[in-house]
Amino acid sequence: MKGRRRATGAAPDAAGLGRARATGFLVPGMVLILLFLVVPAAWTIYLGVTNYRLTGLAAANPEVVGLDNYTRALTDERFRSSLVLTLQFVLGSAVIGQAGLGFAIAYALRDRRGPLRRLVEGFVLLSWILPSSVVAFLWIALLDRDGGTLNALLGIPGTAWLLDHPMLSIIVFNTWRGTAFSMMLYAAALENVPRSHLETARLAGAGTWQQLRDVVFPRIRGHVLTNLLLISLWTFNDFAPFLITAGGPEQRSEILPVYVYKVALSGGELGFGAAISFVMLLINLVIALVYLRMLGRRKETA
Amino acid sequence: MSAITLRELTKVYPNGVRALDALDLEIADGEFFALLGPSGCGKTTLLRTIAGLETASGGRVHIGERDVTALPPGRRDVAMVFQDYALFPHMTVQDNIAYPLRIKKVDRRARADKAAETADELGLGALLQRRPGQLSGGQQQRVALARAMACHPQVFLLDEPLSNLDARLRLEARTFLKRLQRELGVTTVFVTHDQAEALALADRIAVMEGGRIRQVGTPTEVFRRPANTFVAGFIGSTPMNLVDAEVRDGELVVAGTRLPVPEGVQVTDGEKLTYGVRPEYLDHTAEPASGGLRGRVVVVENLGSFSLVSLDLQPADAPAGDTPGTSVQVVVPEGREPAPGDTGWVVPRPGRSLLYRDGELVTPEATPAVPAARTAAGAEQ
Amino acid sequence: MSTATRTAPARTDRPAPGTAPVAVRHVLSRIGRYVFLCAVLGFFALPLLWLATAPFDETPTITASLPRFTLDNFRALLDNPYALSSLLNSVYLAAGTAVLVVTFAALAAYALSRVRVPGRDALLYGLLLLSSIVTGTATMVPLFELAFRLNLIDSRLGVILILSGGLLPAAIFILKDFMDATPTSYEESARVFGASPLQIMRHIVVPVVRPGLATVGVWAVANVWGNFLVPFLLLRGPEKAPAAVIMYTLYTEGGQADLRLLSTFSLLYSLPVALMFVFVSSRYGFRFHGGIKR
Repeated sequence: MKGRRRATGAAPDAAGLGRARATGFLVPGMVLILLFLVVPAAWTIYLGVTNYRLTGLAAANPEVVGLDNYTRALTDERFRSSLVLTLQFVLGSAVIGQAGLGFAIAYALRDRRGPLRRLVEGFVLLSWILPSSVVAFLWIALLDRDGGTLNALLGIPGTAWLLDHPMLSIIVFNTWRGTAFSMMLYAAALENVPRSHLETARLAGAGTWQQLRDVVFPRIRGHVLTNLLLISLWTFNDFAPFLITAGGPEQRSEILPVYVYKVALSGGELGFGAAISFVMLLINLVIALVYLRMLGRRKETA
Repeated sequence: MSAITLRELTKVYPNGVRALDALDLEIADGEFFALLGPSGCGKTTLLRTIAGLETASGGRVHIGERDVTALPPGRRDVAMVFQDYALFPHMTVQDNIAYPLRIKKVDRRARADKAAETADELGLGALLQRRPGQLSGGQQQRVALARAMACHPQVFLLDEPLSNLDARLRLEARTFLKRLQRELGVTTVFVTHDQAEALALADRIAVMEGGRIRQVGTPTEVFRRPANTFVAGFIGSTPMNLVDAEVRDGELVVAGTRLPVPEGVQVTDGEKLTYGVRPEYLDHTAEPASGGLRGRVVVVENLGSFSLVSLDLQPADAPAGDTPGTSVQVVVPEGREPAPGDTGWVVPRPGRSLLYRDGELVTPEATPAVPAARTAAGAEQ
Repeated sequence: MSTATRTAPARTDRPAPGTAPVAVRHVLSRIGRYVFLCAVLGFFALPLLWLATAPFDETPTITASLPRFTLDNFRALLDNPYALSSLLNSVYLAAGTAVLVVTFAALAAYALSRVRVPGRDALLYGLLLLSSIVTGTATMVPLFELAFRLNLIDSRLGVILILSGGLLPAAIFILKDFMDATPTSYEESARVFGASPLQIMRHIVVPVVRPGLATVGVWAVANVWGNFLVPFLLLRGPEKAPAAVIMYTLYTEGGQADLRLLSTFSLLYSLPVALMFVFVSSRYGFRFHGGIKR
């Protein structure tokens, strides 16, 4: 209908750019994205069906070997265990760890504004902002068998956390590192829950758990899903555990990113590595679609 | 010379909406011209097309002697003030006013001087170093006007210039704007949806609807003799009464009352017309009056020095309490208001009734009405 | 009146049923909350203790302990040939990527915001989805190959380009939001005054969306500063390596790690991002909401 003000998002060509110049503006960004995002994704597919190697005969003349790499991957014990470990990693450090802890902290801090809140948020955010290489070493130092601060505090010198409990170590490490994002997101979401709703529930006699279940969660469900989607994807593709355990000992903490690195770039089997990468991409896509479907369904019922 | 001429100006949007439908319009040099209409009528599109922000799908736009239809906005020598003033928030008032000159490559000293000069003319001298965010609404409006003035354009285009001001400020700004335009003498076209504003400010008004111009005329013309029922209903703080009428035996039958057909109108027996008369041009009386319409008072709205009285029309021979068909409104001076439920008669003043056939005015231009004439039914001064 | 005062004392003798347990529950929950928050504080502060104490300790150990205060450890940084240069490399990579990302994303976001390019919405959401799914880890093999083919191995420019490619979709998305929220009347007004599109961008658009550009710039710098994988894959040799990679080599190189070097380097490497974050959050009230409008 004519007469409406130019709404945001539907802005006409205000500066008189014209189609040609606008396309020109898009070109640099799109070229970079195409080259370094789209092409590698597509190339993964191609490389995955070759026997390309870093060195040797196959490096000069890679042959297409069809789905050999894929069948090899799917039957490879090491791949399967890596996949399981990765799923454990995502479940433990993202879903339970970051999201769970993040929500708990946000909930505990709700409605407080004082120095305690700033202190807690400050430390949590600090853990997130520090570079991963530094954080990795801080955890190595903390968990050191002989001199680590943790063992010193708990009075159990000699416990080799990284050797005996590698998965637990990287799960806690990743939780520590990433909670800030979830915490901030949930804090904002909780602020959007109207007090009147909570008070109505309280007057009706609902306890804390019931309030959470009946008032809070329904309202923030969309945010929970978005948050889980993002951190699941990020955790699934996180390479930082390499810095602490390098997949060891004996591949007991070898999550997929580390596995790909080992196989493709240390072992030089680029074709095989690409096949695994493609499987990772597919799993990423599936995770994204599952969450998007759940988000979409939620919007309909809302 | 900066008259504006539009020939068959058309604008069709990609989705098929005809925002402007083959408009012809002439705006005289130095005129303060209003584009008036409800939202969606195309008035803003027309303004933007004159500015060049929208390209016409067909037709031509002339400013002065030049055909500017194909020219980009910056070359048409027009200045536009937007509804939200569009003062650049990161520039001072002085830089804002000087901006058009900066584009025209006037050197820094000269344009600072010019900006200061223009600002002084509008009483903004003390605000030159402020940012727009630190100004009041009225001040922002004047800065926007100063910016438009600084480059001495041939035409000013104002998009709803007063709608962003609060009610009290609006009246002051209205007077200010009219004076300013008179002093500058620049052709000005402004868009508004407020008919009172258009009537007060403009030298001439174009009333638009659905992409078409329904009437062009001076405020008096548009108020006294709206060319069609749309304009009749749109203009006027209180809408014109429009009542169904039928021609019988050479007379008009309006809600059971027989009224004479206005002079000079050819009618055929049995045809249905619309009878129009403004509440301000009706006189209410409690005594039966010939040539008047009879009705029962339903609502009395007190508007200060006068009241707006609504009556449901009832012909004399209708049983009391009969379902009302038509209602009319009449303006009654203070102290003379009837009470709801009373029966009253409203008598139209001579020369003020209008007749519409199929929505179009058919009453010819009458000799100027003699103001002192009254019906014999005892209506007072 | 007297009857009222007579009943009042009687009422306080026995508390009304149900109030005592509620009050106790309330106090318990408050205590519980505080305990939890203290535990959280402890959990998040613990690993940081070492970073706060070891750089200033005369004889730093792996254990975090009260330092015998000294500033001499920082000299160890100067002794190591690669420590400081790696920080400069990090600065170079971060600044380069930020400039590239901000510029390209601003241009693209502006075009997408103001001009009706066909398939615009699908493009945006597709790109965003793409950048979440296609990560450096998942495509490290072809990225390596690609860099090799384009002769960008062992080139810091290559790292900048690859990192920019990964950051651009989200940056465009964020900036487009900013642009959409800026009214078009500024640009139209300037256009009627005769400004060319380039002048409009320079005079009007860039100054007005500066906060958005700053946000994206800071976000890009933070991302690149800590990025380990891409420089690790692509750069050979420590001269070009950024601090992220050097940090790693410092503690995985064979032999006893020089804790003096490690601790001071960690601190120096962490400080810029921490400071930047504090600065931005205090200036712009950077409460990043993870996308929720407050």
